[in-house]
Amino acid sequence: MTENGQNRGYIARDRDRQPDAYTPGYKTSVKRSPQAALLSFPTTLSEETSPVFGHGLIGKLDNDLIHNYAKPGESAIGPRIIVYGRLLDETGRGVPGALLEFWQANAGGRYRHKKEGYIAPLDPNFGGCGRLITGEDGSYEFRTIQPGPYPWPNGPNEWRPAHIHFSVFGHGFAQRLITQMYFEGDPLIPLCPIVGVLKSQQAIDDLTAPLDMNRTLPMDARAYKFDIVLRGRRQTYFENRREGL
Amino acid sequence: MVQKLEYLKESPSQTAGPYVHIGCMPNFSGIEIYGGSDLGRSMKTGPVKGEEITVTGIVHDGMGTPLRDAMIEIWQADAAGLYASANETRGKADPNFTGWGRSPGDPETGEFVFETVKPGRVPFRDGRLMAPHATLWIVARGINIGLQTRMYFEDEAEANAEDPILTRIEHQSRVPTLLARKTGEGAYRFDIHLQGPDETIFFDF
Ligand SMILES: [Fe+3]
Repeated sequence: MTENGQNRGYIARDRDRQPDAYTPGYKTSVKRSPQAALLSFPTTLSEETSPVFGHGLIGKLDNDLIHNYAKPGESAIGPRIIVYGRLLDETGRGVPGALLEFWQANAGGRYRHKKEGYIAPLDPNFGGCGRLITGEDGSYEFRTIQPGPYPWPNGPNEWRPAHIHFSVFGHGFAQRLITQMYFEGDPLIPLCPIVGVLKSQQAIDDLTAPLDMNRTLPMDARAYKFDIVLRGRRQTYFENRREGL
Repeated sequence: MVQKLEYLKESPSQTAGPYVHIGCMPNFSGIEIYGGSDLGRSMKTGPVKGEEITVTGIVHDGMGTPLRDAMIEIWQADAAGLYASANETRGKADPNFTGWGRSPGDPETGEFVFETVKPGRVPFRDGRLMAPHATLWIVARGINIGLQTRMYFEDEAEANAEDPILTRIEHQSRVPTLLARKTGEGAYRFDIHLQGPDETIFFDF
């Protein structure tokens, strides 16, 4: 698009907010981090477009990890929780119709994966993955069990805080993001080298979901709120208001 | 003090970790769910227009070792240069081509595979045509933020020579890291190096 067009491209990524590629405290990054500077260009159509995922893709139990892998009449073991929030962009607008995929360990900290050797047992009724498409205002919600912390071979005694992995699509491939959600009050958060790649306490806080007693369902499931922010598009005069204003 | 700008900040990225396939390709990782099919395994939903091609490659770390736990995504225009995107305004893309694919590295060799079509040319911001290319996005354990690169085609020398991005790369000796080699009829090879003398150019779009 030209200068007069509607499309002004995506706001540049704030690299001060994002982890560096080379973070020796997280050992695997040492040989997997590009060493040359990234080459910067403004976004083009190739980054401003993105695949379309229809609501028809999503099955009834896809956003219910307690049941989506369980035998009929059974359910996954562990503390039942609801994770909810909004997918927003940097201009504060909700991002509707976006695909969110999430995966996690079971309540004992064990992933259902061939290469996973942790002694904690598998839960036969827990697969560990789910997906959904965000609503009109970018909101989302899913049910799961609270994952357990787990040990991993980085240092001699390293443990990941409980976390849920998120893969997020927006409306432009420039917004593509994978991140992790942590739980308020987890004492392992400040000890973790993967959390440690984040550059500020603010960045850690932005990935830490608070317990929300107002959304918690009595006698059923506690609720945690997790908003996710994707890169924003440069706005034109007519669109530079926050949604709802 | 001045007025406040009310922008939010992009959520920080965290590594996809070693089990990204559980979330993004669960059936590949052995979790039978979602009716047995993983998103992005096929980029074609019927007969497609244009030249059908197969792209294979391996992502190597700084020691030259193949990554066997990576996930690679591809996003590209159809043969006419149109994106199958809700915000494509220039026309309607091939309805049988999604333009988006996802491949795990092979658990033994690390090789990724995309059965796709040769993309058409897409305009740059100023209207000049870019050379045919696909966007690749690479995540894996040890990668803190998804790496974005582009795959161009070695046999598109004329288009490459006028591509607004390729021609503006300062170290022209690195441009070949962005070129897929033709290895046979409809077959291209695109290896990616995260580090070392052949380090692939990664972008900050
Ligand atoms: Fe994990």
